[in-house]
Amino acid sequence: MHSVYKKELRSYLCNMQGAIFAAFLLLITGIMTSLYNLKGLYPTFEISLAETGFIFLLIVPILTMKILAEERHQRTDQLLYSLPLKVSSVVLGKYFALLTVFLIPVAVMCFYPIILSMYGEVSLISAYSAIAGFVLLGAALLAIGMFISSLTESQVIAAVITFGAMLAIYLMNAISSLIPSTASGSLIAFSVCCVLVGLIVWFMLKDLWIGATVAIALEAITLFFYFRFEEAFAGLFAKVLEKLSVFDRFYLFVDGVFDIGGVIYYLSVIVFCLFLCVQSVEKKRWS
Amino acid sequence: MIEVKDLVKTYGTHKAVRGISFTVESGKIYGFLGPNGAGKSTTMNIICGTLASTSGTVTINGHDIYAEPLAAKKCIGYLPEIPPLYIDMTPEEYLDFVGRAKGLRGIELAEQIEEVMGLTDIAAVRNRLIKNLSKGYKQRVGIAQAMLGNPEIIILDEPTVGLDPIQIIEIRELIRSLGKKHTVILSSHILTEISEVCDHVIIISKGKVVADDKLSELEEKYTSEGVLELQLDCSERELNELKDKLAAISDGCEAHTGDDGVKRIMLKYRRDKDIRRAVYAQVHKANITLLAMIPHEKTLEDIFLALTADNGEEEENIANEVFGIETESKPDSSAEPKGVKQDDNNDDEDGDDYKPLFG
Repeated sequence: MHSVYKKELRSYLCNMQGAIFAAFLLLITGIMTSLYNLKGLYPTFEISLAETGFIFLLIVPILTMKILAEERHQRTDQLLYSLPLKVSSVVLGKYFALLTVFLIPVAVMCFYPIILSMYGEVSLISAYSAIAGFVLLGAALLAIGMFISSLTESQVIAAVITFGAMLAIYLMNAISSLIPSTASGSLIAFSVCCVLVGLIVWFMLKDLWIGATVAIALEAITLFFYFRFEEAFAGLFAKVLEKLSVFDRFYLFVDGVFDIGGVIYYLSVIVFCLFLCVQSVEKKRWS
Repeated sequence: MIEVKDLVKTYGTHKAVRGISFTVESGKIYGFLGPNGAGKSTTMNIICGTLASTSGTVTINGHDIYAEPLAAKKCIGYLPEIPPLYIDMTPEEYLDFVGRAKGLRGIELAEQIEEVMGLTDIAAVRNRLIKNLSKGYKQRVGIAQAMLGNPEIIILDEPTVGLDPIQIIEIRELIRSLGKKHTVILSSHILTEISEVCDHVIIISKGKVVADDKLSELEEKYTSEGVLELQLDCSERELNELKDKLAAISDGCEAHTGDDGVKRIMLKYRRDKDIRRAVYAQVHKANITLLAMIPHEKTLEDIFLALTADNGEEEENIANEVFGIETESKPDSSAEPKGVKQDDNNDDEDGDDYKPLFG
């Protein structure tokens, strides 16, 4: 794992990619801090951090697009497979390298609340708790981006899909408010999800029957629950989306709550995505 | 030592490898030969653990590649068909990464990097980015990578493809020197390359092993028989009489009249038994003018072509296949016995239209 980590980190830091990423992140945070804290005279650093959140839409695809896609494109994945390394340690090494590149500008950011506190009262505890939330959010989004990068061998496709996924995650609340809160509205939304899952399975396994079976089975389960507990379905889809919304959890941290549930949630997202990533890389050897 | 048993690999409905089995002994250079698409790279990828087989087992020094992948992979250095290079690194950085991944650290790592760079002659370009290197140097960096960690077995998949003739010779030299310390498996679709450096050849075609033997034995097995062509100036009756007599001293005998009007007798013979004198004596006794006596021998190239031909799958067909291939006749002047009656009127001596009879 250490060798992959070192190699990956070097590749980020020696290329423009890492530098651009760090500069961009610091620039936007700096602009937000000057706007809200210095000009707007808000005493909380959290608010600038919350406004910086959208930056992940842009930087996560840039950072993760090549991480696994490029290996496949250059055929260097064959080297990684033939070396005495476990796939999990390759994936972890790469992920920690991503995380390190992300943490370098965040470390610089940690000075901002201290600088602000020189000019007035700043709650450092809530500021750093928000930074912790910011790190967790970034870590989770990077894991998602890395998984998407493992699905394709084209950096461009990886970047576009990751951007789409980030956008969907960012707008999840807005999307959920569009769904009618009636029970039938939820049912239709869930049904669409079942079909989508079926389509993804079909695409991944290239087997129409398995995809169709999965979709039909999920649909049957949904219908079963719908007819048993119809009243519970009212607004259920919106609730589920809200619970799953990656960004919403971060806003809790911004509001000054160090949410242990949120920490566990982010860690689960990371572990789940890395697990999927390992499986997706392993699958390449078997197909 | 590598043991490959009943390897099968299916891509969708396409069977790339259909039941390959062979054993690789330590300390030899193995040639893995087959036309494009025969399943060479697939087999090598499976041996090195970069690809999973549909069924069958690969055991490396007693370690199964699936059950104990790390122990098995430690015994192998692999150069895939396309050298897996990180083009934004320098050769030194690249080798540092591979060495670390193979578990080397500190002084040992530094020493080994120096050693492989010396052996592959890339020390001069150590600080240039790999993307700026020539194809030959890239290939060498790939080989250097495979040599790191001193693996017992080094597997090279078509290491000389796309190189210029001088580079090919250099890489061949390198492989030969590797063979002194390691077991080397080398794949190629070029026979001369294999015959230059390898001790043992495994020929595969259409996903199956069609020959697995020492190069010398393979040569002996398939080139032990030859065809001796006699061109004669005689009547039909004389020709048939002579044919009957010659049948006794050869392994097979056929007579025909060529399109050019020259009578021909084709004699099958074993190369360890020289029948030319006896044949000449018979011709002389029958008082027939011998226009030419041309031995046709099979080269390794013919064997390879025959073994990998479309229907060269069944073992018993192979020998016939070998002789069924049309060869360019190489008239061997020294083989012509002295005192052959030269008939100047008949200037038709070209042996190029030799049609194989034993097929």
